[in-house]
Amino acid sequence: MIPFSSYLYTMGNFDLQILVIFIYFLQSLGRITMAVAVDVSRFESITMAPPDPILGVSEAFRADTHEMKLNLGVGAYRTEELRPYVLSVVKKAENLMLERGEFKEYLPIEGLAAFNKATAELLLGADNPIIKQQRIATVQGLSGTGSLRLAAALIERYFPGAKVLISSPTWGNHKNIFNDARVPWSEYRYYDPKTVGLDFDGMISDIKAAPEGSFILLHGCAHNPTGIDPTPEQWEVIADVIQEKNHIPFFDVAYQGFASGSLDADASSVRLFAARGMELLVAQSYSKNLGLYAERIGAINVVCSSADAAARVKSQLKRIARPMYSNPPIHGARIVANVVGDPALFNEWKEEMELMAGRIKSVRQKLYDSICAKDKSEKDWSYILKQIGMFSFTGLNRAQSDNMTDKWHVYMTKDGRISLAGLSAAKCEYLADAIIDSFYNVS
Amino acid sequence: MSASSDHQDSVFSHVVQAPEDPILGVTVAYNKDPNPIKLNLGVGAYRTEEGKPLVLNVVRQAEQMLVNDQSQVKEYLPIIGLSDFNKSSAKLIFGADSNAIQENRVTTVQCLSGTGSLRVGAEFLARHYHEHTIYIPQPTWGNHPKIFNLAGLSVKPYRYYNPQTRGLDFQGLLEDLGAAPSGAIVLLHACAHNPTGVDPTLDQWEQIRQLMRSKGLLPFFDSAYQGFASGSLDADAQSVRMFVADGGECLAAQSYAKNMGLYGERVGALSIVCKTADVASRVESQLKMVIRPMYSNPPIHGASLVAVILKDRDLYNEWTVELKAMADRIISMRKQLFDALQAKGMAYKLLFILVIHCTPGDWSHIIKQIGMFTFTGLNTEQVAFMTREYHIYMTSDGRISMAGLNSRKVPHLADAIHAAVTSIA
Repeated sequence: MIPFSSYLYTMGNFDLQILVIFIYFLQSLGRITMAVAVDVSRFESITMAPPDPILGVSEAFRADTHEMKLNLGVGAYRTEELRPYVLSVVKKAENLMLERGEFKEYLPIEGLAAFNKATAELLLGADNPIIKQQRIATVQGLSGTGSLRLAAALIERYFPGAKVLISSPTWGNHKNIFNDARVPWSEYRYYDPKTVGLDFDGMISDIKAAPEGSFILLHGCAHNPTGIDPTPEQWEVIADVIQEKNHIPFFDVAYQGFASGSLDADASSVRLFAARGMELLVAQSYSKNLGLYAERIGAINVVCSSADAAARVKSQLKRIARPMYSNPPIHGARIVANVVGDPALFNEWKEEMELMAGRIKSVRQKLYDSICAKDKSEKDWSYILKQIGMFSFTGLNRAQSDNMTDKWHVYMTKDGRISLAGLSAAKCEYLADAIIDSFYNVS
Repeated sequence: MSASSDHQDSVFSHVVQAPEDPILGVTVAYNKDPNPIKLNLGVGAYRTEEGKPLVLNVVRQAEQMLVNDQSQVKEYLPIIGLSDFNKSSAKLIFGADSNAIQENRVTTVQCLSGTGSLRVGAEFLARHYHEHTIYIPQPTWGNHPKIFNLAGLSVKPYRYYNPQTRGLDFQGLLEDLGAAPSGAIVLLHACAHNPTGVDPTLDQWEQIRQLMRSKGLLPFFDSAYQGFASGSLDADAQSVRMFVADGGECLAAQSYAKNMGLYGERVGALSIVCKTADVASRVESQLKMVIRPMYSNPPIHGASLVAVILKDRDLYNEWTVELKAMADRIISMRKQLFDALQAKGMAYKLLFILVIHCTPGDWSHIIKQIGMFTFTGLNTEQVAFMTREYHIYMTSDGRISMAGLNSRKVPHLADAIHAAVTSIA
């Protein structure tokens, strides 16, 4: 006997409506006791959303019981032992904060003042005239995502119809952020699969072709997912074209210090644009470089041509943040402010960052060496070495990436991106085998 | 390149200066005031009798535990947040024995305090619910309409506060909700209504529930003061539990800003109680789609503290004691202010001033209202007067935060109110 309730779930909407009307009619004739739920959920028609392509990888990894499994999905740093890493300066800062017994009052909508000051100085350099001139509006945001979202909302409100141009490919969540903020976007060519390098001509051409006054989303360093960055000379040309077309540069800086190991070197692209007197937007994140992933600490910066404009822009960013979450979380902001504000901690941070960046560079090298040793063909894998940052674009296509997971239990994103931060020297050989097998035996 | 001249036109030339947020802007103004007698009764943040912010003992203990725990890492939380936190939060508001929880019909996602929970819930409804109007009480927290509008819902009022009685306009409420289209969303303050402090009685809640269920109206609870209003966590959740007990669906936004004093940590949760476990699971997947492009995943610190406290029996008990102490201090402030105003013969004077209103002038609403706030009944001019002449900072709707008051300042406040009502009509 099939329970009536399960019959209900297989009925179409129309059938349900008829049933409800019928039952209402019966009820109006007299009391009826029914064991079934007459009320259908108001959310009955909602479909199951697909898992997030990036964060979903970790979920799948966790479910896998194979002993050789390797998580090269999310860009979260791992030690050589493949453990998460809390920076020593972070622990010290937290202990200091606890000793001081600080309060937990609401931050202002724009966030912790000491953090905002520190983050702008880290980005542009403490002695940058822009800071003295108060031409930078800085608002603490929920890491990179939250900061990008505030900027997107500002664009939607104050530059209605303006497009954001994003690189092809780019971080998977960029388009979601602009979609939800209702900001139109289109792509500029970036990755050239033939060279596994930068399609520079395509990039310049597409930026030139965009309607005047478009926002051009640029990765400050360590492009995600490709790891391919423009050279300093190429950055100059990019800046030229952007100025020519009165576009507005919009930097996503998620890896400052983490890419090369040097905070200043990794900020050079942003500083180059700022030094030309250009107005720009910059979203920052401290998830990777201070290992503060879950604390959600970042900032949106808007460099304006006047202090007055910066003040007005800041006030409008606050107006966007208030109905979203009122004011940002305090803990991560305090950690950053404490680390950057104390010379000894700041230096120690720089050392830890160099170690993290160093480990990644060394596994990159080791992976390359392992692949070359095993691959008897003439294929040039040197693009792996030329890439920079946490990720490597392996050049594997979707089917090949699936093979990596299905056959080798190597978890990565479908675009062929692997996170070197999740690779240990010990696993390089295994990974090399997997890559070679996938590349040659799967099309 | 010249320093600050607009030698090139800014692309932001057309961006105007936004006004300060009306509530948070009160603290901004207060901070700017150099006068030592100043008093901040603006934001609802608890102050001790000494006028200081308070970090609960259990919070300090939990923080020490976390710092000492070597296994604590800072990896990204799942999009929906810390699982232990979510489960404990659902139990806290719905009751540990709630059928809805046992039947897996509840999805709970960690969000950024009350605001974030409301915003995520509203965005979800704007995308997936067939009715896009939300009814909000008149008056309500100033940020409510902004949250809902930006999420894509349109906002309509329902009568709530009766200025004559300084109590609930129950008839008006029933009429307005009765006239709402079937399926419309209705915002309900679970307890300690902000800004009025006026709550329905349990009887009245039952009538509201029946009306809403008969019209298929969707309840969206804002629970920012559980435990903080009466001192009892269970009592303050009665309204919500009444709706869940009837098997129907609802949304509930929870905040730990006040009851755990975690203001700046931004800890809260959104729960959606659904008809079936299957629906709850699909709803949860769609909540993730709202959250990921907004901030990816929520902040770990505050949620970890809450999870530690709620799961440890001793810490939980200690929390309830600290919570009751805060609630009791506020109740005692109400009594003291009421007594001080009585002593100034306010009742007598007020009779003349309020003769056009039907209620005999008295300040008993101060002790009848519940929670952090008192709706004084003062108008905008009177409020401005109090700020100008007495350096008392409050929101222009006449709302004062009792949590910001202490015994030493009661006479000053009473003087200010007295002066305001006697010199300005």
